[in-house]
Amino acid sequence: MSASLVLVAIMAIMYASGVYLMLERSMTRVLVGFMLVGNATNVLILIMAGRRGLAPFYDESISPDEYSDPLPQALLLTAIVITFGASAFLMALIYRSWKLANVDAVQDDAEDLALRGGRGVQGEEPLVPDDDTEFGPYSSSELAAARQHRDTQTDLEDAQDASADDDDDRDFRTRSPRRPRP
Amino acid sequence: MNTLVPLVVLVPLLGAAIALIAARLPRLQVAVTILALTAVLAISVVLLVLVDRNGGHAVEVGGWPAPYGIVLVVDRLAALMLLVSSIVLLAVLIFSVGQGMADGDDETPVSIYHPTYLILAAGVFNAFIAGDLFNLYVGFEILLVASYVLLTLGGTAERIRAGVTYIVVSLVSSLLFLAAIGMIYGALGTVNIAQISERLIEIPPDVQLILHIMLLVAFGIKAAIFPLSFWLPDSYPTAPAPVTAVFAGLLTKVGVYAILRTETVMFPTDQLSTPLMIVAALTMIIGILGAVAQADIKRLLSFTLVSHIGYMIFGIALNTVIGMTATIYYVVHHIVVQTTLFLASGLIERRGGSTSINQLGGLLKASPFIGVLFFIPAMNLGGIPPFSGFIGKVALFVSGAEQGTPLIYALLAAGAATSLLTLYALARVWNMAFWRSKDEVEDYKSPLLDQLSERPGGTDTVQRTRATPLLMSGATTAMVGVSLALTVFAGPIYAFADRAGESLAGTNGYVDTVYPNGIPDGAP
Repeated sequence: MSASLVLVAIMAIMYASGVYLMLERSMTRVLVGFMLVGNATNVLILIMAGRRGLAPFYDESISPDEYSDPLPQALLLTAIVITFGASAFLMALIYRSWKLANVDAVQDDAEDLALRGGRGVQGEEPLVPDDDTEFGPYSSSELAAARQHRDTQTDLEDAQDASADDDDDRDFRTRSPRRPRP
Repeated sequence: MNTLVPLVVLVPLLGAAIALIAARLPRLQVAVTILALTAVLAISVVLLVLVDRNGGHAVEVGGWPAPYGIVLVVDRLAALMLLVSSIVLLAVLIFSVGQGMADGDDETPVSIYHPTYLILAAGVFNAFIAGDLFNLYVGFEILLVASYVLLTLGGTAERIRAGVTYIVVSLVSSLLFLAAIGMIYGALGTVNIAQISERLIEIPPDVQLILHIMLLVAFGIKAAIFPLSFWLPDSYPTAPAPVTAVFAGLLTKVGVYAILRTETVMFPTDQLSTPLMIVAALTMIIGILGAVAQADIKRLLSFTLVSHIGYMIFGIALNTVIGMTATIYYVVHHIVVQTTLFLASGLIERRGGSTSINQLGGLLKASPFIGVLFFIPAMNLGGIPPFSGFIGKVALFVSGAEQGTPLIYALLAAGAATSLLTLYALARVWNMAFWRSKDEVEDYKSPLLDQLSERPGGTDTVQRTRATPLLMSGATTAMVGVSLALTVFAGPIYAFADRAGESLAGTNGYVDTVYPNGIPDGAP
């Protein structure tokens, strides 16, 4: 089996950067990392198809050796669809997490924190020391502005937000009728 | 029989489609879901009888002959897993219907819960009968995507937090599995499991080892084997009780089943037996030490789940016929008992208003029936005779002692210690939640409760207690009945497991099932 060196290099770079991003705390980066690793795996399957050949349409005059292998392409298509669906779900999850907690970082298990706190480490280091994205909970000026806005907004806005939140809690159910917006 | 096998996957999928269309008719949804799972249960009984009489059967989907098309394979092991998992799925479904009728649909919103549940079932069944690796991957993806939805049901902050870890870990394991499939195709030119086992000897041993390890790591994450088990106790306890029950019973066992197939059919050499045994011992010990430190019943049960996976890995690593037999019996026992325990803890949560043993008390007086429903599976999991847990563990230990290397004796010691510690953890739950009277709960001091860690987020507040609907306790009773049947009918069931183990011995049983006339010449 022979493989294209360019494809192998592309795959390696995608794997490396994908794994690097997945190890970050920011969930958006995890998502991007997942997509990179997923596509690197797709490239891996493509490489495993062997050397390039003709499109695999059956023709009696062409020897079977000349075709490229169609099976990996079928596997690849399935894998692409699955990765696509999974990233869509992950995105919805990130959005939900952002709406609920206003953080984009993977949150600590409260129990782990309690265990660590028992040895008196609590409060010595920030939860997310190196997250410098706009989503980072400590360094973001936008977030502070949003919090300030939330604290100072009028009653009308409050009511609107509350009803919007209600809708959010409900939208996975269809039995109870939606509350009309004011 | 050719038509019956694909129906196992098709019926739940069609049921899911109907249930999704009928989103506004909750009664119809419930009826369709129960009907679909009952149908699968009936089909798997028929399949079990037929397969036991005639031997394994392979279906070539779409009429494409074996190496080219997709094959679905039902041998004795697959038929047994189908039967047990459909029983568990049906019982948990009835439990959740009872819960939904009593509470409204806060915990299990009908419109999305039932279709997703059926899709999960279809994924599990598909994984059990998959005859090629890629189909196994698709089965895994179906059940995993459904499990993502079920785990984050309702989208509360706690569930999203737990869900993120679970989902990212599962996605990584799926990608590892996919990469392994790609490499196996590159090395062997096939993804058909039977053909892989035939061709494996043609490639160098080091390549074999890489492929073997990649598959085991991918399945090991799904089966929650130490050190790949950290995600499980964090994510399972936050889900609704019926969801946790079905996850605990089935999802990890699908991983164990995949490992079993890997070790018996695809890589029958014992090149990784020793590492697997060490990993099994660590899984048992570290899992159960985690359980001993928990105050929350659901979390405690999640840790015992991890720890008891170690027994199955031990049985698989033995790589002998009696080892396989014991493993098969143990898997069946563990699916049933772990599900029952989680259902019982759901009942405890309703009756006592909490799942923390720091808060519970006086349950035996308040509800002796729940006491019985918890006590029997708890003793069963701890391995007290005459329950099936005892039979399974003795069978595993006997098959281990037959080989009798020092490593295996160390493993037997670890297994016995794990069994005792399981008993300790569950007996403590029993003492605190059931035997302690209700007015002792305040300011209770006991060395048993020192150093216990609560569930993240804390369960300091006791929620309101609710009566237990008949359907919920009925479903749990039925599961306890099944677990007792595993004891009463241990003879015939063990004999069946023995026949299943024998047909796994060597690779010939599986390969002959897929290629009854031998491998065709000129196969790609």
